Amino acid sequence: MALKIVKGSIDRMFDKNLQDLVRGIRNHKEDEAKYISTCIDEIKQELKQDNIAVKANAVCKLTYLQMLGYDVSWAAFNIVEVMSSSKFTYKRIGYLAASQCFHESTDVIMLTTNQIRKDLSSPNQYDTGVALTGLSCFVTPDLARDLANDIMTLMSHTKPYIRKKAVLIMYKVFLKYPESLRPAFPRLKEKLEDPDPGVQSAAVNVICELARRNPKNYLSLAPLFFKLMTSSTNNWVLIKIIKLFGALTPLEPRLGKKLIEPLTNLIHSTSAMSLLYECVNTVIAGQYWFSVGSKELCVQKLRILIEDSDQNLKYLGLLAMSKILKTHPKSVQSHKDLILQCLDDKDESIRLRALDLLYGMVSKKNLMEIVKKLMLHVDKAEGTTYRDELLTKIIDICSQSNYQYITNFEWYISILVELTRLEGTRHGHLIASQMLDVAIRVKAIRVFAVAQMATLLDNAHLLTGNMQRNGICEVLYAAAWICGEFSEHLENPMQTLEAMLRPKVATLPGHIQAVYVQNAAKLFATILKSQEGNTDSTAAQDTSQLMIDRLPLFVQSANLEVQERASCILQLVKYIQKLQQKDVEVAEEVNALFAGELNPVAPKAQKKVPVPEGLDLDAWINEPPSESESEDEQPKAIFAKEEPKHSRPRHTEVDEKELARRREARKQEQANNPFYIKASPSSQKVYQDAPGVEHIPVVQIDLSVPLKVPGLPMSDQYVKLEEERRQKERAEKKKKEKKKRKEKRSGRGKKHDSGPESEEDITPAHQVDIVTEEMPESNCASVRFYLSRPLADSEKLPVRSHRAAEAAKSPAEDGETENATSLEPKKKSSKEKREKKKDKDRDRKVMVKCWIHHWDCAFFVFIFFCLHFLTGNDAYHLLCSCKSDFKGRLNGRWETMSDTVYDIQGNLQDGSQVVVSVIFENKCDSFLKSMEFNVLDSLNSKLQRPEGSGPHDGLTVPFQLPPGVSNEARFVFTVQSIVMPQKLKGTLTFIVKNEDSSTHEKLDFKLHFTCTSYLITTPCYSDAFAKLLESGDLKGSSVRLEGVNMPFHHLLARICFHHHFSIVERIDSCASMYSRSIQGHHVCLLVKTSGQTVSIDAKCDEPTLLGNVLDEIKQTFSQC
Amino acid sequence: MFFSFMLLFSRQGKLRLQKWYVPLSDKEKKKITRELVQTVLARKPKMCSFLEWRDLKIVYKRYASLYFCCAIEDQDNELITLEIIHRYVELLDKYFGSVCELDIIFNFEKAYFILDEFLLGGEAQETSKKNVLKAIEQADLLQEVRHLIKITVDK
Repeated sequence: MALKIVKGSIDRMFDKNLQDLVRGIRNHKEDEAKYISTCIDEIKQELKQDNIAVKANAVCKLTYLQMLGYDVSWAAFNIVEVMSSSKFTYKRIGYLAASQCFHESTDVIMLTTNQIRKDLSSPNQYDTGVALTGLSCFVTPDLARDLANDIMTLMSHTKPYIRKKAVLIMYKVFLKYPESLRPAFPRLKEKLEDPDPGVQSAAVNVICELARRNPKNYLSLAPLFFKLMTSSTNNWVLIKIIKLFGALTPLEPRLGKKLIEPLTNLIHSTSAMSLLYECVNTVIAGQYWFSVGSKELCVQKLRILIEDSDQNLKYLGLLAMSKILKTHPKSVQSHKDLILQCLDDKDESIRLRALDLLYGMVSKKNLMEIVKKLMLHVDKAEGTTYRDELLTKIIDICSQSNYQYITNFEWYISILVELTRLEGTRHGHLIASQMLDVAIRVKAIRVFAVAQMATLLDNAHLLTGNMQRNGICEVLYAAAWICGEFSEHLENPMQTLEAMLRPKVATLPGHIQAVYVQNAAKLFATILKSQEGNTDSTAAQDTSQLMIDRLPLFVQSANLEVQERASCILQLVKYIQKLQQKDVEVAEEVNALFAGELNPVAPKAQKKVPVPEGLDLDAWINEPPSESESEDEQPKAIFAKEEPKHSRPRHTEVDEKELARRREARKQEQANNPFYIKASPSSQKVYQDAPGVEHIPVVQIDLSVPLKVPGLPMSDQYVKLEEERRQKERAEKKKKEKKKRKEKRSGRGKKHDSGPESEEDITPAHQVDIVTEEMPESNCASVRFYLSRPLADSEKLPVRSHRAAEAAKSPAEDGETENATSLEPKKKSSKEKREKKKDKDRDRKVMVKCWIHHWDCAFFVFIFFCLHFLTGNDAYHLLCSCKSDFKGRLNGRWETMSDTVYDIQGNLQDGSQVVVSVIFENKCDSFLKSMEFNVLDSLNSKLQRPEGSGPHDGLTVPFQLPPGVSNEARFVFTVQSIVMPQKLKGTLTFIVKNEDSSTHEKLDFKLHFTCTSYLITTPCYSDAFAKLLESGDLKGSSVRLEGVNMPFHHLLARICFHHHFSIVERIDSCASMYSRSIQGHHVCLLVKTSGQTVSIDAKCDEPTLLGNVLDEIKQTFSQC
Repeated sequence: MFFSFMLLFSRQGKLRLQKWYVPLSDKEKKKITRELVQTVLARKPKMCSFLEWRDLKIVYKRYASLYFCCAIEDQDNELITLEIIHRYVELLDKYFGSVCELDIIFNFEKAYFILDEFLLGGEAQETSKKNVLKAIEQADLLQEVRHLIKITVDK
């Protein structure tokens, strides 16, 4: 018995197994670290023994400790030892430990290559399996390279158990050693048709994953996968295949048509939510390739998901909904009710998703309703994070795209004011900046806004219950500023002035106090003005006295800016008071201090202001500060942009005497200020002499419940009002319509009557003048140019399109088409003067310019056309002309400024790129610089901008133009589809610099990408041509031209020249022609003529392209 | 699909199992684990099982006192991930016979073996429960008898 016990304990001592270790750790909760360190010591002892069983046991325990977070990298070699054991029991443990502990930088991995290779080829499938499993976790590029071949062989192993593991691990090998993909791929492809479903699904997994990274390579597998998709019943495999198709469809749009049926079937039939979700997601992602009907089905299914009680389905439904919203907002909008319901969900992540959706769903019609709902949630919300999220969302929703959806700004101001009642929000500054923005930009709202802000100021004590922590007091900044700046709208300015000078204001943050002080001065000026008309001058003097009484409080402020402004204004008021006592009228002059309308300035406006000559912005004004100087902590300048009006002009020269006087005055001032620390002992006394505002007891009111401030508007009433207003409008409209219908006596116009009111029907309550980003640009220049105003009829140019110019030109008589071109002016107008130029360029460029000077109403309108082409080997230039209307006034004279000539050139190497060369020619006497070229992108064509720049940024033209000089710049456009012609609008902005002035100018232009532009003159032999026509891939179309009065060879030359065709063959009055588009479409023409009628039969593999090219040909001939 | 990692942890935040399918340093692994355990445990029981975390999606599910937590990529299917987690729980249940947290603590290497038969490199390798269990049984048979007896005695 005793022997047995002894033997047992010895056994235990040498063989504490994993279970003992776990138990031990659980029993040593207090001194776990100490216990484990003794265990590790034991393990180290065990690892020193020769017995593999003991070692394996030790390694097993180490694996557990590793999970608990202990470093076991020191035992890496022992792990390799255990892996190499011939017994499966130990090998399994060794590989497990390796897969948990090894990573790429573990150096002993190098030693394992041969061992792993041996295990992979072991006759025991479980040895092989364990090695594959382990390898999947710690495979390195070296291992992948050395073992790729072995694993590839295993893909054809007799046992499916090994095959599927080998297939799956191949993916990891591809990632680490990409060169292995090509040799292994055929075998991988074979596995798609493996008899074992497990192997098959593994192969699908791997290919699906590969295809997501680089779909192009796997397009050829589409038919095979399509077969698998229709035959497979395994949902997990189906999901993979659908995902794979999702990656392939963008490359092969035809797949979309083929897929839509099985996908809809699955959506209808499947009961597996994961599969349904995958199908829906794929249809949503493949928006361009699937029909609208299938999307409607998806929305319906998503609705079912969102309505489900399962939170997970609800969340995913909303997530997918937001993807649809981006492309089909209309179909989501009809589910607004459901999404609003989700705001009541218990789960915050679902609420946040719903909020995201709401942002995209608002329209003029439902904005008020949605915001009302959100406001209710703000009141209910628990936890400040979610409430703050709601607040920012409300502001985001309302302010999106320049307040596009707001019809009633009184309502919006009321919403903002209601939001100020939130306790402890971080977003006070956000509300404040909205208030400022709206008040400045929406002029019609100012009266209302000022009244609201005055109430806010009056009730400031309610907002600022706990001043220090409360971010909401930021709104007082906005309130004070609005009341001051637009003080002429104040009903009771005196009351507001008093509110702004309350002692409690001194507890506000410094930057807010500063605004208070400054705007108190503005208010003061307004009050003076209103009181000066009165016979009784005491009122005005009382106002001054109020200022003089209250301002000293601010003069003592610890904040420098408050102090500075207050002392400035205090002195000013004192001086005014003096004048008032002498009965001098001062109001006018005081008001002049703050005169001038404040205009909103676009963020980019500063860039447009030309830097005056001789000013170097990079040069230091003073000596640069030394490095060691510590940076002052600046308060965040969130409102910086509203301030520029007040910035004083810099005094550059002050004479010594004046300086001395000021220094003296400042010393005096300092002596009176308790906050300047001075050596003089008299400071204490001075302090006591200062007005004792500190002694006034200030009671802090800490409100735990947000109060409804009396007099503050309730946004709800606006919702009601708005509803009534709209109803009225609708009724009126109906009346009008009825009238109209009566007049017309026609019963057809019924559709307006019953249908729901559309977005356009809603007219804003105030016609507010919302300043867009563009407008202020003209504000900053001294002269205004009305460039964007549409031309009056009398100003319109006789020639509107570049076709006219091309028509004006006919190929030279000798039949040489491309190198010489003459101009034959055909247009007749007594007002026009034309010049033509014939120019032969050395480098095979022919440039023809024709400009028309058009005097009308003292406008010098300038127009030019240019043809410019080049026959190159790899690229072609096509003819394009550009018209530019420009009016500008400079030095009292109308004058043309510059010329630009455009030339579009397709890139043969890349079927989606077009290079536009622009020749800028300066025709005026001034220097042109800082040219910026910008084009409004369309969906199809985009200007390529350097990385990092926004989608609307212009491109800087990399040169400047002295008078009379021209230069060329190139811009690359990406074009998706070339089957339709396209016009892009653009602007060229530049600075015109004269000796004494420089101004900002703008030229609007249009770039015309015709379909012809995308054709390249390509020679074609008649046998190839015949083959092409026989292939049957081409679709035909034809056009007849009547009244063409020119020799047949001229006609052909004209088609060659203007439309980039080459003649394949010509027999008498019949010719075949050929051209090719940059994306490889073939265009074949058969031109026949009899008398004045020309018939063109055409064939092309893209009917739309062909139609457009024919239209363009027709146009060319209709103009001659 | 291909999971980035899978973690099992208790309600108290103790890690019970970890499987990493992407190579990361120990330090990084610890950091991620700590962060995720905190985030998941902080969520209320009624909340949905998904969260966006860094550039990954986290799918988690609680079974009794254990949280099963997987990381998948952005385009992956959350619902199938939940199904995979559930399948693994079923496998554990079959193998241990109504599994509990203690089974996994004391036989953590077995839990790993089952996981390795079910997932390989982060991808489900076998959709049939029966096949997985058969493979495990076969492999267990290869282990020395002594070892087997020891486990049964300790249990």
